[in-house]
Amino acid sequence: MGFRRMNIGILAIQGDYDAHAQALNRLGVAHSFVRRPEDLANIDGIILPGGESSTHLKVMSEEGLFDALKGFAANGGAFFGTCAGAILLAREVHGPAQASLGLLDVTILRNGYGRQLASDVHMGKTKLRKEPLEMVFIRAPIIESVGQGIEVLAEDAGHPVLVREGRVMAATFHPELTEDTTVHEYFLKQIAQ
Amino acid sequence: MDLMNNNLWRVKVGLAEMLKGGVIMDVTNAEQAKIAEDAGACSVMALERVPSDIRKDGGVARMAAPRIIREIMDTVSIPVMAKVRIGHFAEAQVLEALEVDYIDESEVLTPADEEHHVWKHGFKVPFVCGARNLGEALRRIGEGAAMVRTKGEAGSGNIVEAVRHMRAIVGHMKKLTTLGEEELMHEAKELGAPFELVAWVAKNGKLPVPNFSAGGIATPADAALVMQLGAESVFVGSGIFKSSDPAQRARAIVKATTHFTDAKAVLEASEELGEAMPGLDVRQVDEKDLLQTRGW
Repeated sequence: MGFRRMNIGILAIQGDYDAHAQALNRLGVAHSFVRRPEDLANIDGIILPGGESSTHLKVMSEEGLFDALKGFAANGGAFFGTCAGAILLAREVHGPAQASLGLLDVTILRNGYGRQLASDVHMGKTKLRKEPLEMVFIRAPIIESVGQGIEVLAEDAGHPVLVREGRVMAATFHPELTEDTTVHEYFLKQIAQ
Repeated sequence: MDLMNNNLWRVKVGLAEMLKGGVIMDVTNAEQAKIAEDAGACSVMALERVPSDIRKDGGVARMAAPRIIREIMDTVSIPVMAKVRIGHFAEAQVLEALEVDYIDESEVLTPADEEHHVWKHGFKVPFVCGARNLGEALRRIGEGAAMVRTKGEAGSGNIVEAVRHMRAIVGHMKKLTTLGEEELMHEAKELGAPFELVAWVAKNGKLPVPNFSAGGIATPADAALVMQLGAESVFVGSGIFKSSDPAQRARAIVKATTHFTDAKAVLEASEELGEAMPGLDVRQVDEKDLLQTRGW
């Protein structure tokens, strides 16, 4: 499947969902916003954006989206979560503990670097290409441990920051807040395969 | 703008991006902060008294006590904002030392300086400021505000001023996009705003920072109204904890903000709510008692 024929869902409860929409626009890929379970029909993959994971979890549960997303995963749906989205995908969440979809075999610490004053932009190495990747960290979580099936695609300061397990991928930073579409393209390639 | 290549500026605006589509709730203690977080608030604003009490009590309203703010920061995992008086850069220094996530330089508190706002580029912590029109919004961004909100009329439970301010800002931005380059300097002069920011808005049709709404939001439909008028997120001050059912009302406003274009969802959110906060007819309020005229 070529990118041009895809339609990517973006969870749009709250957060920077529009920044993801703009990244997909730059790649010429169609998107639709997901706010209810029925919005999962006819999408080829879903992006869980940055924002506040506790808010996303609360509204997802009330709307029946939590179970619907698990169903989407069970049917082979592809996921890409950034920051709050990575927290929602993790197997286990700390600081404080909260429920999660458990689609990615990692444990993750919310606000792992500290508060907003610790937010920063780094250049980091990635397996996706030779040149370093610009990584915007905003009150970012830290991936504390990864299971055996996890492929680490980028690290920063000794922590995995971009990981993948089959059709589920997560970044603790925000590629959608840069002009660089490398990470989004990689996600779309996984879907196309 | 050079700012777009400045990493500190990018993470300041970046946090505002993360708060889009959400509800930021005023809280006066840790217990209220927990209720707000459990209801789905994307952030809380710590202050000593909610605006309607400030209006009622009179006197001087200042930054909240650091002990209360710290208790709130220790209780919730969402970002914590706190207010400083207009121009009171020392209160802002205290809040930065406390490591709050956002500072609101707010007309709700008694101004400390009637001529100068805080030079916000001088801080590492991001700021949000109120505005009644585009010129005011761009002056605050020029000083370093990484998020703008309408002033509305805080503590009134009356949406009319927030609507006026949002329409003024959005309407003027639309107008700028229709102007020729040769008209922009005159426009900057009329707006009393930095030329570079006026030119940026004329080219992009939006503010270079997120544009939120505050000041009078009391119901789910109020939230849906300002969101449809162009707000990217809402602040609710007295509207939640001065209502008869804070937790339920907070949940309802979160739901209406997520689904702001879906009338059925806003209807669902509006059902079975108790009494909203008492409202004020802003036209009956003495000019000297208006909060929105503080700052410039």
